[in-house]
Amino acid sequence: MHELGIVMHVAKTLDEVAEENHLTSIGSVTLEVGEVSGIITDYFVDCWNYFKVKHPLLKDCRMKLEMIEGITFCEDCKREYRTIKYGRICPYCDSEHTYLLQGNECNIKEIEASDE
Amino acid sequence: MKIIELHKSITESNDRDAEKLRNRLRKQGLLLVNLMSSAGSGKTTMLSRTITDLKDRVRIAVMEADIDASVDAERIAALGAVSIQVHTDGMCHMDAGMTEEGLNNMDLEGIDIAFLENIGNLICPAEYDTGAGCNVMILSVPEGDDKPLKYPLMFQNSDALLVSKIDALPYFRFDMDKLYERVRYLNPDIKIFPISAKTGEGMKEWEEWLLERLAAWRKK
Repeated sequence: MHELGIVMHVAKTLDEVAEENHLTSIGSVTLEVGEVSGIITDYFVDCWNYFKVKHPLLKDCRMKLEMIEGITFCEDCKREYRTIKYGRICPYCDSEHTYLLQGNECNIKEIEASDE
Repeated sequence: MKIIELHKSITESNDRDAEKLRNRLRKQGLLLVNLMSSAGSGKTTMLSRTITDLKDRVRIAVMEADIDASVDAERIAALGAVSIQVHTDGMCHMDAGMTEEGLNNMDLEGIDIAFLENIGNLICPAEYDTGAGCNVMILSVPEGDDKPLKYPLMFQNSDALLVSKIDALPYFRFDMDKLYERVRYLNPDIKIFPISAKTGEGMKEWEEWLLERLAAWRKK
């Protein structure tokens, strides 16, 4: 459900980019997706394939995903660890005083497009 | 084919729409409150009590966002308040565009505060700016004091946290001090109001805060 909403936001942004750059079709879009962004990649690609056929600009557009590793920093012991494995509690010192350094992203990195 | 590098966050266009809506609402003097929580935390019950308590002081309207059904809007309408049901058709959050469309379909003449009762879940609604003037979340006692650890973003993005169903505290292992500590760590500025919409405990403090927010919103 969440994935469909994101697909619609991606499509909206691509519409704007297409208008600004006078693009007629987009061949692929590359997204950077954080491991802990909450996006389930399989669902996401399914939603994309469902959505794109209804959208002329995107009907041949392939979705490429680049994953970004989730890394959390502990403010107490100043160490970094894998978020997916340990969550919010630091595995070294059991502290709750941690924050995410990276892994929550959902960015449109680049597109391949044609203006002919 | 050419490559265009964008490096845009997917929420960028929504953030723009949200800012536009916020400016419009500020000019109108209407405070939009984005109310977020899990399903079953007591959003509608808390709102019903707030509307009744404040009925002689401010006029409140409610936009109920749900995936389906209109039971919540009917409960609010029964109090005589303006309400509208928005269906997201499967989407798990409201964005700025949907919020604006909902507001455009409401009769807001003479309304001071409009609540957007967002979809019941602690994750997705926190990620999208709706254009609201303030964000308020509810965490009910039965949900547990560990939720700030699991869903930090909503606690970070909220101006106030209502800890609801405190009348049920004797029956749950809920550590209020631990909750305060966890929430304040994420968000030192957040206002925390323990409430029971059933007994009325704590409601006055929350309602006074809401009125202060309205006054501040109109002064800006």
